[in-house]
Amino acid sequence: MNRHVLLIEDEPNITEAIRFLLTRDGWRVDAHANGADAVEVIRKARPDLVILDVMLPGRSGIEIIRDLRHSPECRDLPVLMLTARGQARDREMAEKAGVSRFMTKPFSNEEVLDAVRDLYERAAGT
Amino acid sequence: MATVNVLIVVSLVYVAFLFAVAFIADRLAATGRSTWLRTPLVYTLSLSIYCTAWTFYGAVGYAARSGLEFVTIYLGPTLVMVGWWWGLRKLVRIGRSQRVTSIADLISSRYGKSNTLAIGVTVLAVLGVTPYIALQLQSITLSFSNFFEGQQVAHYNDTRMVLWVAAGLAIFAILFGTRNLDANERHHGVVTAVAVEAVVKLVALLAVGIFVVWGLAGGVGETLARIDESRIGTWQVDASRWAAITFLSAAAFVTLPRMFQVMVVENDDERHLRTAAWAFPLYMLLISLFVVPIAAVGLELMPEGANPDMFVLTLPLSQGREGLAMLSFLGGFSSATSMVIVAAMALSTMVSNHIVMPIWLSRRGGGASVSGDVRHLVLISRRIAIGVIMALGYFYFELSGGGAALATIGLVSFTGVAQILPALVGGLFWRGATRAGALAGLGTGFALWVYTLLLPGIGGGLVPESLLSQGLFGIGWLRPQALFGIEGLDPTVHAVMWSMALNTAAFCIVSLLSFPGPLERLQGAQFVNVFEHSAGPRGWTGSVAQSEDLMIMSQRIMGAGEAQDFFRREAQMQGVRGNLPEPTPAFLERLERKLAGSVGAATAHAMIGQIVGGSSVSVEDLLAVADESAQLLEYSSRLEAKSAELARTARKLQEANEKLTQISRQKDAFLSQISHELRTPMTSIRAFSEILRDTEGLSAEEKTRYAAIIHDETLRLTRLLNDLLDLSVLENGEVTLNMSTGALRDVLDRAVATALTGVERPLKVNRRRANEGIIVHSDLDRLAQVFINLISNAAKYCDAEKPELSISVHDLNGQVTVDFLDNGSGVPPEARAMVFEKFARVGSDQAGGAGLGLAICREIMHRLGGEVTYLSGQKGGAFRVTLTSAREKVAAQ
Repeated sequence: MNRHVLLIEDEPNITEAIRFLLTRDGWRVDAHANGADAVEVIRKARPDLVILDVMLPGRSGIEIIRDLRHSPECRDLPVLMLTARGQARDREMAEKAGVSRFMTKPFSNEEVLDAVRDLYERAAGT
Repeated sequence: MATVNVLIVVSLVYVAFLFAVAFIADRLAATGRSTWLRTPLVYTLSLSIYCTAWTFYGAVGYAARSGLEFVTIYLGPTLVMVGWWWGLRKLVRIGRSQRVTSIADLISSRYGKSNTLAIGVTVLAVLGVTPYIALQLQSITLSFSNFFEGQQVAHYNDTRMVLWVAAGLAIFAILFGTRNLDANERHHGVVTAVAVEAVVKLVALLAVGIFVVWGLAGGVGETLARIDESRIGTWQVDASRWAAITFLSAAAFVTLPRMFQVMVVENDDERHLRTAAWAFPLYMLLISLFVVPIAAVGLELMPEGANPDMFVLTLPLSQGREGLAMLSFLGGFSSATSMVIVAAMALSTMVSNHIVMPIWLSRRGGGASVSGDVRHLVLISRRIAIGVIMALGYFYFELSGGGAALATIGLVSFTGVAQILPALVGGLFWRGATRAGALAGLGTGFALWVYTLLLPGIGGGLVPESLLSQGLFGIGWLRPQALFGIEGLDPTVHAVMWSMALNTAAFCIVSLLSFPGPLERLQGAQFVNVFEHSAGPRGWTGSVAQSEDLMIMSQRIMGAGEAQDFFRREAQMQGVRGNLPEPTPAFLERLERKLAGSVGAATAHAMIGQIVGGSSVSVEDLLAVADESAQLLEYSSRLEAKSAELARTARKLQEANEKLTQISRQKDAFLSQISHELRTPMTSIRAFSEILRDTEGLSAEEKTRYAAIIHDETLRLTRLLNDLLDLSVLENGEVTLNMSTGALRDVLDRAVATALTGVERPLKVNRRRANEGIIVHSDLDRLAQVFINLISNAAKYCDAEKPELSISVHDLNGQVTVDFLDNGSGVPPEARAMVFEKFARVGSDQAGGAGLGLAICREIMHRLGGEVTYLSGQKGGAFRVTLTSAREKVAAQ
């Protein structure tokens, strides 16, 4: 079974790094670089997991997650949030908005892989 | 037979008794339980110091020598008490409301607080009274020596006796006259002692009279017969002398310092005057009742050549009635001591208040505020003054040799102090009276008194005989006893007539010619209309009522709680039950000090004086209050200014605080941005370096590619840091500009070359080099940096298929503009306002700038005195750099 991850990230180099990592881990990786239509893209793609950046052109990651949590089909979708702003306030806001996990850039590759696997397994288990 | 020792012991015991009376009365007055001391009876008796030893002994002598003429001495005061008591009442009311301390004070107060006048009156009074004091000393001494006529007494000597008597009287006066400084200058102890002495002398004289009439003469009828037989019955009445002496004694009754002291200063309640108006004449009637009988019987019984002045004493002695003689001695002693003590007290008050204190204060300089220190000084100066006055009396006695000349001194003194009368009466009833008038009248009267009465009276070596017979400088009409050639008058009548007439004339004429000062006018009105200005007679019946008033006032000033506490503490200290202490001087002083802390010393004094003294507030009080108010106003306006300043400071602080909060918020946002800008390249670097490290079997191509990414991101980081530092330096104004002059063309050449090195997409740059020859004076490196930034932005963000950039230069009157226009879609209108802000990136989906470039450009142009703006209305991206040309720069300098 091919696990599907959707990466919403505007930095091309970071997108490339994550794509490389997850592809090697057996994921099918799609990427999208714009915040404005991200919710539509996610709904359409129906991935197993979303990796979401906060600072996106067009729309912030926080708003995107709020929208996702309000739509029935995406309520339980595991979302890993990545942010370059590591302040406690940002984390609080993200958790309140309903992210499954929050990770501060720069991260170690191992962490990302662990987090992604963990989130997927928990989602699959329930 | 009485011995000297017995007599001295009796005298000392009597003095000790008077001490005790005075002391107890003072204590009672201090604790406020002295209501019985403040009766009309005591007041009336104290007035009897008018009757001195001169009247006690001298009246009999007078009668023996001049018949009924002695009656004039009593007639004057009687006329005043009965016929002029309304005038006395006015005097007393003024004395109370103006807190007058002496007759000199009253005169000076009336004429605009003139100290010159006060000094004049004081000198006149001292000169006039000193002989009188000497007379008292003499009478005591005489009575002593009469007691021992024919006896050989060891170590007895008149002069030594006088010295001791003078010293003793001085001590008594000092002890009771200057114990403390009372606000109203009242001396209850002394007044009570004087009243007791008045009783003693009346009883003594009555006893001797009764003894003479019924014991010696054998009844009233017999006595009258003897009087008819004697010389007294046939004596002629000299109308002019009668009139003159009656007038003199009436005037002296009002103006003598000691009379003024007991009548006005020591007066507790002006209603007492009503009683005294009939009781005092009655007292004088009683005391003069037996004068003629004693004189007549004395003349008959006593040997030829016996001093009729001493009949009161020598008659009982000659009959072997030693007890009666002793009583008579004590009566005379009482008359002398009471007069001397009160006179010394009154004079010392005048001397210290009007001569010593003004000199001391002017010596010390500056406005001296009254403090406890000054009070001490006043007491000391009064004590010394008493000593000096007694010494003067003593020396006068010594100089005049205690001769019979002293007998006429009473009238000389009377004439002297009577000179005050015109100024006094004029001051009370005539608003037109002025200071200059009073001075002129007093001066004239004083000079005439000295010239016509004092000098001829002293006679002897002091005045050359030629002066008396031929007048001053030999001018006939200036003869002292026959002024203007009017001869044949009795010397006393002559002196009284001329001195009083010219005194009054000078007073009136100068008053009419001169103009009163403002303070004089106010005081004049206060004096003349005293009954309108001051409240009705206020009783001293309820001291508790005063305490209540004080309490009400204090509560308003100090606040209820504090005032009640203070009063309760004071009441406890006095041992009084309840919360209201007696208004003792000590308590009033503390209260005044306490109130002064809130309302100022002058105001506190005026307020307490108003309640306790029943005195109206004087002009000086009001002026002092006004001064204090002015100070308070100034103080409060200063406070207001301070408070306004504080409000301003607070507002500034608030503004500063808001600014700081804003800056802090900006700083947070900035840090957050920096964090983001740093973390983003770091993320790529970390991720790819871990990939390179951990991943097996990467192709060489992949490795190169990932290393290149790491390299790029590192460069990005470096750029970011450089930009940040650059911006920080520019914003803080720490940048040093290397100003130089050069052609714009060269700067643009350099910028284009640098910006286009290594760009991925080719950018075509269109220039019109012919226009670029403008010379600019600027930091050319910094200017190039701005250009590079703008060209790189075009290279990066121009989204046209074939990107092109046109650079056009214009010179408009020294304003040089350099426009950078590309053929892309430009900056969206809503983002244009933001492009020059830090970290502002428009639609950047590419890795690259941190969004600091344009912010740096703006700062640089700001430093260089120009600007960089976005040009709206163009199709593509359009930036304009404006700067001044070198030509303009030079012109401007």
